[in-house]
Amino acid sequence: MSVTLLEASSLHISFGGVTAADGIDLEVFSGERLAIIGPNGAGKTTFLNICTGYLTPSAGSVRFGGRDITAMAPRAITRMGIARAFQSPQLFHEQCVIDNLLLAAAARERAWNPFRPLRERPEHDEMLALLELFGLADHAASMVNELPEGTRKLVDIAVALALQPQLLLMDEPTSGVSSLEKFRIMDLLVKALAEQGVTSVFVEHDMEMVERYADRVAVWNSGRIQSVGAPDQVLADPSVMRDVIGV
Amino acid sequence: MDPILLVLATLDGIAYAALVFLVAVGLTLIFGVMRILNVAHGAFYAIGGYAAASLVLSISDADFSPWLSFPALLVAAMGVGAALGLVIERFLLRHIYAKEEVLQLLVTFAAFMILEDVQRLVWGVQPYSATDPVRLLGTVDVMGIPYNAYQIILLPVIAVMVLLGLRWFLRRTLSGKVITAVTEDRETAIAMGIDARKVFTVTFVIGAVLAALGGALASPTTAIQLGLGAEMIVLSFAVVATAGLGQVEGAALAALLIGLGRSFAVYLVPELDVLVPYMIMVLVLLFRPQGLFAVAEKRRI
Amino acid sequence: MRLVRYLPAVLVLAVAVLPLAVPWLKIVLTVALAKGLAVLGVVVLLRAGQVSFGHAMFFAASAYSAAFLMRGFAGADLVVLLLAGMVCSGTLGAVIGLFVVRYRYIFFGMLNLAFSMVLYALLEKMFHITGGSDGMAVGRPTYLGLELARTSFETALFYTSLGLAGAACWFVHRFLCSPLGEALSAIRTNETRLEYLGISARWILLIAYVLSAVLAGLGGSIIAVNQGVVTPDLGYWIRSGEFVFIAILGGAGHVLGAFAGALIYELVRFYAAAMAANVWQMILGFVLLGIILFASRGIVGLYRDLAALASGSRSHREPLR
Repeated sequence: MSVTLLEASSLHISFGGVTAADGIDLEVFSGERLAIIGPNGAGKTTFLNICTGYLTPSAGSVRFGGRDITAMAPRAITRMGIARAFQSPQLFHEQCVIDNLLLAAAARERAWNPFRPLRERPEHDEMLALLELFGLADHAASMVNELPEGTRKLVDIAVALALQPQLLLMDEPTSGVSSLEKFRIMDLLVKALAEQGVTSVFVEHDMEMVERYADRVAVWNSGRIQSVGAPDQVLADPSVMRDVIGV
Repeated sequence: MDPILLVLATLDGIAYAALVFLVAVGLTLIFGVMRILNVAHGAFYAIGGYAAASLVLSISDADFSPWLSFPALLVAAMGVGAALGLVIERFLLRHIYAKEEVLQLLVTFAAFMILEDVQRLVWGVQPYSATDPVRLLGTVDVMGIPYNAYQIILLPVIAVMVLLGLRWFLRRTLSGKVITAVTEDRETAIAMGIDARKVFTVTFVIGAVLAALGGALASPTTAIQLGLGAEMIVLSFAVVATAGLGQVEGAALAALLIGLGRSFAVYLVPELDVLVPYMIMVLVLLFRPQGLFAVAEKRRI
Repeated sequence: MRLVRYLPAVLVLAVAVLPLAVPWLKIVLTVALAKGLAVLGVVVLLRAGQVSFGHAMFFAASAYSAAFLMRGFAGADLVVLLLAGMVCSGTLGAVIGLFVVRYRYIFFGMLNLAFSMVLYALLEKMFHITGGSDGMAVGRPTYLGLELARTSFETALFYTSLGLAGAACWFVHRFLCSPLGEALSAIRTNETRLEYLGISARWILLIAYVLSAVLAGLGGSIIAVNQGVVTPDLGYWIRSGEFVFIAILGGAGHVLGAFAGALIYELVRFYAAAMAANVWQMILGFVLLGIILFASRGIVGLYRDLAALASGSRSHREPLR
């Protein structure tokens, strides 16, 4: 029997005339990798926004580890152990890569001593190892705004992992990464998640990725969960293929 | 409170609000279109006042009909607003549209510093005032107390005319619709072929003329002197922030709220009259950070 | 070649030694150091991309606190005045900060201006307490318990200011390199990510705001005892504008630039302001425009270019603030 880590119940939210969530019930089990797929504009990113407190649903609730986090601020939710990587990377673009990670580590440790430089944090080696994991060690001293988009996305994920979260939410983690690279990177990522014991949810468009890396997949369509289950079952359903992928 | 004082405070407040509105609406219009807060706006107000006072004084020195002082107020405002507006937009703001927000703020602040000394050089340190227009319009009896018609009738009428005129201009004319389009969605408007530069110039000049008009209309009842520009920029900012940046009609209501608040304070707690507009602003912003009439925007992530 | 590299050290030494040879320079340099402290406060906030057009209010608040203390307890000590000024400006900074850190850019700048205008108006209007626009006299405090004669007190005050400026530079430099300081510059680049690290941008900015208020306050206390009189002008917007001007002149966001800027500014002002009293603001405005449009790294940037030229290497371009 799996333990429920995150539980969304009957979420509703709409923007103007568009209903992004219309009674969403979705559970995330401890230790799993859940993929969310669905047509563009279906509300998948909205779900991540609600789970992290960026948006408040008009009805319904989100519970994390048994606690109601529905109306909490993003920073409070982050401190509880939910980290997030974004579709377009959110980084401190005028600081170098290692400083971005070190700041995450300092935030995690709540280390605010004004006399101790960030560069001298004891987590320095740990962060370098994290960069190494993604093959980014050479870029440690690079300024973020000098890196290509694909690399910045990886740094964004590394920053989220630096928080040592219980749950990591990712929005198309390998979009913008070359198709040669994406499997290598996902292999590394999946290994890192397993090592750290991090549960993950990722929004994905690439069915190959879903088949290969997700334990379960949820299909989001017109504000509802159309189906949930193991990737091979869900993706074999012709209606899912028609609605989501358009074939 | 004595009912007569109540009435007087209300009338004072309305007259004051009319002037503040003229300055604030220009500020908010410029912000809406250009996304720049023009700190030099206060200087437009002060220079408009100086120019109008000088023109009215020279008319009475030259023994022309004193009634000419009314068109003189208007001419001074248009001249000052158009000249300053064009020069600053063309030679200064045009270079900074792509820069960081802080730098834009600093540039208009620098323009403000420069214009402060322009006033000192041209008009010196003594106060100016041109009372002809007030004298000519005489007084109206309010509950047995004579109150000058200039403040009780002319100023509010002009403010309302400006508000209605602006609404009509922005909604019914082509130029106005173009300005509204740029305010609401600049990228789309530019993609549709609207010449943003031209819109910026026109908007900035309109805003500058309105500020100068506020100063010109203040000159008959207020001593125009150094430091007035700084007071006016923060006050009109308070109005604009209370209403919500970019809100034209909202600015009118906020001006009224702050004008009345201030005039009641003058009668009730005169030591604190300068505080009241800011207290109103702070109170509003505490509960509605985006201002009374604006809708909060959220960044897409 | 060598000279360029050691220029900062030579300048510091010159500032420390010159007043021994040219005694009247003491007062000017003390003023420059006091202003430099306030500018340092502005620099801290610039790190977060925020500009305050009202920081003179903290300068004035602690200057007046010194005046009130001297009126209440004649013969109070300089140390007490300095501490009281820091407490006073820090408290005011915390109260105003709680409100203004909710805002950025335009609102941040203008709300600070608004609060400073309120303080200025109150100082002018509360005539029976503050002496209105004539201000209040500030007697000469004791120095560590000693009653010094005027010149020796000025000398002592100058070296105290120099020491305080050095300490403030060191502390602010450490602060800006620490996680807090790095989080502060993150406010400028990506507040969303900051939130998603579990860091409250408001708290970080509030801490920086109180620090900057305390620095401005320290400068204000020094000015008060140096001049022997405080007037509402200390809190006027022109003074706040001067701080912002010097911060940009020195090289926006740079710790040593704050003092380099303040020294140059004060010396130029001392000689030129009398000749150009009517156009002083105008000159400042034009120079400010020139720096923003053409030399956005200020004096520190110029120095670095010079040093790079001297050592033959290419200039290391630091991003603006």
